Amino acid sequence: MKITTLLASAAMALGLASGAMAEDKTKVGFVYVGPVGDGGWTYEHNKGRLAVEEHFGDNVETVFVESVPEGPDAERVMTQMALEGADLIFTTSFGYMDPTINVAKKFPNVKFEHATGYKTADNVSVYSARFYEGRAVQGHIAGKMTKSNTVGYIGSYPIPEVIRGINSAYIHAKKVNPDVEFKIVWAYTWFDPAKEADAATVLIEQGADVILQHTDSTAPQAAAQEAGNVVTFGQASDMSEYAPFPRVSSIIDNWAPYYIARTQAVMDGSWATVNTWDGIKEGMVEIGEISDAVPADVKEEALALKAAMAAGEYHPFTGPLKKQDGSDWLGEGETADDGTLAGMNFYVEGLEGEIPQ
Amino acid sequence: MDLGEINPVLLVASLMVAATPLLLAAIGELVVEKAGVLNLGVEGMMIVGAISGFAISVETGSPWLGFIAAAIGGAVLSLLFVLLTQFALANQVASGLALTLFGLGFSALLGQSYVGIKPPSMGEIHIPVISDIPVIGPILFQHDPILYVGIALTAAVWATLKYTRVGLILRAVGENHDAAHALGYKVIKIRIMAILFGGACAGLGGAYISLIRVPQWTEGMTAGVGWIALALVVFASWKPWRALLGAYLFGGITVLQLNLQAAGVAIPVEYLAMSPYIITILVLVILSADKSSAPAALGRTFHASH
Repeated sequence: MKITTLLASAAMALGLASGAMAEDKTKVGFVYVGPVGDGGWTYEHNKGRLAVEEHFGDNVETVFVESVPEGPDAERVMTQMALEGADLIFTTSFGYMDPTINVAKKFPNVKFEHATGYKTADNVSVYSARFYEGRAVQGHIAGKMTKSNTVGYIGSYPIPEVIRGINSAYIHAKKVNPDVEFKIVWAYTWFDPAKEADAATVLIEQGADVILQHTDSTAPQAAAQEAGNVVTFGQASDMSEYAPFPRVSSIIDNWAPYYIARTQAVMDGSWATVNTWDGIKEGMVEIGEISDAVPADVKEEALALKAAMAAGEYHPFTGPLKKQDGSDWLGEGETADDGTLAGMNFYVEGLEGEIPQ
Repeated sequence: MDLGEINPVLLVASLMVAATPLLLAAIGELVVEKAGVLNLGVEGMMIVGAISGFAISVETGSPWLGFIAAAIGGAVLSLLFVLLTQFALANQVASGLALTLFGLGFSALLGQSYVGIKPPSMGEIHIPVISDIPVIGPILFQHDPILYVGIALTAAVWATLKYTRVGLILRAVGENHDAAHALGYKVIKIRIMAILFGGACAGLGGAYISLIRVPQWTEGMTAGVGWIALALVVFASWKPWRALLGAYLFGGITVLQLNLQAAGVAIPVEYLAMSPYIITILVLVILSADKSSAPAALGRTFHASH
């Protein structure tokens, strides 16, 4: 009897202690679509989470759940996080959009932040990065580097974010190499190393000597390395373990400043719904070091392109541009507005194939 | 659209590579289920095999040692399943699921320091003259050795189950463990051997992904192959050659649909993406019209009470 009482009171004391501690801490939850060790997309979001922990120290507690499928499972995970007292929840994949909105309705006091989507609510903000700016730099290098004039592109899902990337890369590759052709394969997954490697291999077998990927793992890099003379770019993360070749540059998503700012806003009580879409200028999109495998003049041009976008002097979607069906889209000097970009569901002129609907 | 860009020889060669992990895992699970045990932990054993094989071959520089380590790794993990289901008599479905979850987490832990490393290459078998025959050479005689191990294993399992005494005993245990026990066969011991064999095969399959097909280590890189292998065993009606056919169909159509996409064939991509699943299921369901059924004692716990 004595032992049980002792245990019970000890447990109560512990419970009270942790309860008391939990009150001054802001709890931040993260929902990830892949494992934190994917080396790409989720890896960078997790770096953002660690930055939040480092910045706020004991004032913050973070939790995360990885490899959450897009769909009903995501809703369960978010609900669980909210029930466990999360004050702020970042849901970091496009497919979490509707689940986030649904769960947010049930927990009006919890703040939600959804990455790459477009649906907001009183307690749901959206944030994304202008990856297409990085794609412009990649397209430029790809157009210059390809000898077979065939660039392979591994798409994940046919959503506006991915289509913007394809268009932006194509426009800038075409600009420097009028003969360039894009071969696009849809993998219908964000993370499946074996399938991503297969897709890369298929593209290489069909003549591509530059591979761009919009999937999360480093598998296409490994496949390109195996094949030899194929150029790749790091996606979402630097993927510098494959530098200087095949990976010649990369797009890095830097979420840390945003995550810190939003956590701070929750602490201050100043959190409000926002629609953030930052690019190279704000530092949310970074261009990884361009390796020496790229000729010096090409590297210089690529860096100049990056600088022009950072200064706001150049927009990757600047007219004259036509849509794939030949109809006019942007007139001379006209730039695309954010609304069109956010919902982009068409290829630009010159790209072959149809976007799966 | 330009079908001419698809090289049929390369296509067949790469479909065999895509099918091998699936085949290895399915053959292992087939033996386990023939012994009357349902182990849903294939995915977990594969991923543990993937990292053990990767780690050992990076450390030693020998892919062969890596594959041996992968088989051992998969088998060791399946020991956990043995403890739970054969000695503690726990529910097999729950234990198998636990094994998968544990394997995924454990492999991520083991793999921390192996991200971004290139494993030593196994190379391809090159037999003078035969490997150089046009068309047939690249398709049949220019692969890594493990691919042939997969085919040989299928043949061996088929022959063992069909023609040998060991196979007969294994099937007896899977059909009616009480009768087998009454005849004096050690049901638990036989099942343990089967489970270990299944674990080793799954481990090999996992290592095939991390050492040959991709080749690199990434957390969670088996991405559901283990589950497909499980389904394949059922659709193949527990017959080894049908499992091979199913694996090649599935792997083949997966690679073919990527090829068709890259060549710009005007079939909606959604249909292409779901075609591996649909065609494999269709073919195997039609084949299984001969009323072959599951081992009668599948998933039932055996406890020798007398």
